[in-house]
Amino acid sequence: MSYSPAVDDNGLPSPNYLSSEKGLWSWLSTLDHKRIGILYLIGITIAFFLGGVFALLLRLELFFPGQQLVGPDTYNKLFTLHGAVMVFLFIIPSIPAALGNFVLPLQLGAKDVAFPRLNLASWYIYVAGSLFALYALVTGGVDTGWTFYTPYSTSSNTAVISITTGAFILGFSSIFTGMNFIVTIHKLRAPGMTWDRLPLMVWALYGTALIQVLATPVLAITLALLIMERTLGVGIFDPAMGGDPVLFQHFFWFYSHPAVYIMILPGMGIISELIAAFSKREIVGYKFVAGSSLAIALLGFLVWGHHMFTSGQSELASAIFSFLTFFVAIPSAIKVFNWTATLYKGRISLEVPMLYALGFLFLFAIGGLTGLFLGTLSVDIHLHDTYFIVAHFHYVMMGGTVIALIGGIHYWWPKMFGRMYSQFWGVVGFILVFVGFNVTFFSQFIMGSQGMPRRYWDYLPQFQRIHGISTVGAMILGTGLFIIAIYLIASLRRGTIVGPNPWGASTLEWETTSPPHPHNFENQPVVTGGPYDFNKPRV
Amino acid sequence: MSNNQEHKGAHPPEWFQHHFTDAEQQQESAKLGMWVFLLTEILFFGGLFCAYAIYRAWHPDMFINAHTALDWRMGGLNTIVLIVSSITMAMSIRSFQLNQQKQGVMLLVVTLMCAATFMVIKYFEYSHKFHVGQLPGKFYTFTGIEGTNPHIFFSIYFLMTGLHGIHVLVGMGVIIWLIMRAKKGHFGPAYYTPVEVTGLYWHLVDMVWIFLFPLFYLIG
Repeated sequence: MSYSPAVDDNGLPSPNYLSSEKGLWSWLSTLDHKRIGILYLIGITIAFFLGGVFALLLRLELFFPGQQLVGPDTYNKLFTLHGAVMVFLFIIPSIPAALGNFVLPLQLGAKDVAFPRLNLASWYIYVAGSLFALYALVTGGVDTGWTFYTPYSTSSNTAVISITTGAFILGFSSIFTGMNFIVTIHKLRAPGMTWDRLPLMVWALYGTALIQVLATPVLAITLALLIMERTLGVGIFDPAMGGDPVLFQHFFWFYSHPAVYIMILPGMGIISELIAAFSKREIVGYKFVAGSSLAIALLGFLVWGHHMFTSGQSELASAIFSFLTFFVAIPSAIKVFNWTATLYKGRISLEVPMLYALGFLFLFAIGGLTGLFLGTLSVDIHLHDTYFIVAHFHYVMMGGTVIALIGGIHYWWPKMFGRMYSQFWGVVGFILVFVGFNVTFFSQFIMGSQGMPRRYWDYLPQFQRIHGISTVGAMILGTGLFIIAIYLIASLRRGTIVGPNPWGASTLEWETTSPPHPHNFENQPVVTGGPYDFNKPRV
Repeated sequence: MSNNQEHKGAHPPEWFQHHFTDAEQQQESAKLGMWVFLLTEILFFGGLFCAYAIYRAWHPDMFINAHTALDWRMGGLNTIVLIVSSITMAMSIRSFQLNQQKQGVMLLVVTLMCAATFMVIKYFEYSHKFHVGQLPGKFYTFTGIEGTNPHIFFSIYFLMTGLHGIHVLVGMGVIIWLIMRAKKGHFGPAYYTPVEVTGLYWHLVDMVWIFLFPLFYLIG
């Protein structure tokens, strides 16, 4: 590899994007996609911590029946803020804006994203939207649930306007990231980087960007209408004024169902990279895995009504939405089967990121298959608004996306900072997270199927044991995440310095120095082969 | 990323952003970016068009009664004004392509004037409605319209034309910025991308109005 032998003060290859410019202002005014990715990583970590604290408070309150820590009104605010923070501040920007920003131009062999200034603006918009959401938190919180359903959200006297304004603003941050990625993928690919040589992470980010661009504006107008409803009483959603509250649900889920694919698709992209890199094999059925990302993006727009089976939409509509919902299983299963097939006869090495990839396969399979229960009309009537659905979407969102995110962070960490974290603590962290997660949420499948309703502050004594198990699981999970944070931060100073390609991976980002040159590559890479060709040098 | 001294050969022009490989790539990227942005705009307005369709389907007679409160002559005049502004916008791009900077600036000024005219006409329409109480939702006090929930017609009217008006104002701001840059000689045959992508945006604003006009002023 032709990276320069020069090193900076920290012993890392020089010049690199971390030390080429110094000072806080050089970060706050940076146009470098890698630095903006790091800024996003800091932002989402704070949001994840905040949302996680809310979650632990909820679980502690539910340890025993009756009041433990907080009263019912505070409980309602806690689960609302947990949901809103986790969805809008953390998981939507998490993989695309943090990791995606960092790796996308590197994987394409580009110097940056197409619109670096827009990229930085999106981060500031993200911060501004988050501050609005925090303002809602300190001015008394919100108790509507993260879905802000009308008519309650038009009458609740909590800070609905500030948090929906926050979500409205955050939406533009997401739109700008999506626009940037679409244009970057279309126009800024290195010479020789044809569409069928794109890493699968890029395909996943492309599908994600399409959804961000097509769905988010609908959320924006919906939240704007909700704000208008509260301030001007426009009567679109308020039944007292001749409006239709179910219309709000249609609008809301027209965004928010595709949004769950904004969350999971980039996670699937990471898993494709991890499975290839740690099996040392080309992903089986590359074209199908790539195409399934687009298929998921498309199908995601056709199934929003499955959130509304019990909201009074017509039976015909429910039947059609139920029918269409099952189609989502096809591209999802294509991915899972192809990943599994890639493992077969691969040279598997169980490095820390690979543990997360295998964990993902297990957890996403459970999360995905229980989704079919909920897409089935008759079963959903029983399971609707129980802990079963809470468990289902946590298996997909946390067991899928967050596990993929943590796996991706472990995979690209040495690329980002040039240093390796402790493998021992990495394995310990994974085991605690994996065990803690399953204890927390598998028990919620059981209590949900037994009829425990979601969002309740109190419960019948018969659920005490299972709620207790779930809370203990949450503590284990929290401990695991805490350990991961500690050893990752510690590795920034103490980690052993690694070369350009510590995993022996095959995509372009591993051919530049770790941490990369400020302009990504010293010389413009020229691509001559597929993304997962482990046998011959490609540049 | 600000020091771009390592470029080989001739010094690149000021407008060239060094993360692109050439000027064509930069222009193509900007245009695609704007098209994607316009897609988001269509979906943004789409929510309101959807609300319009639903409430019109539920209250067809009220919509027809309520639309008589709007003056089709003012709406029609505004339609003509906006179409003219779209033409002058397109002509201005052509002027810069042909290196006729003065003419390009003139045409941008005409475009700006048309946009201002549109807003002035809109102002007269709005103030009349404020005066007689044809206002959105709970502020609706007018009594002369028969049918169910006439306040919803005015909610949707003000939301859609208001959102469109905001887009006109934003467009005016951008056109002023273009005029200032054009006067400094920033645009010519080699580089006119900002004018071109603003043109794309401006045509979309025009297109939205072309749908709003018949849906509000010409029904029944």
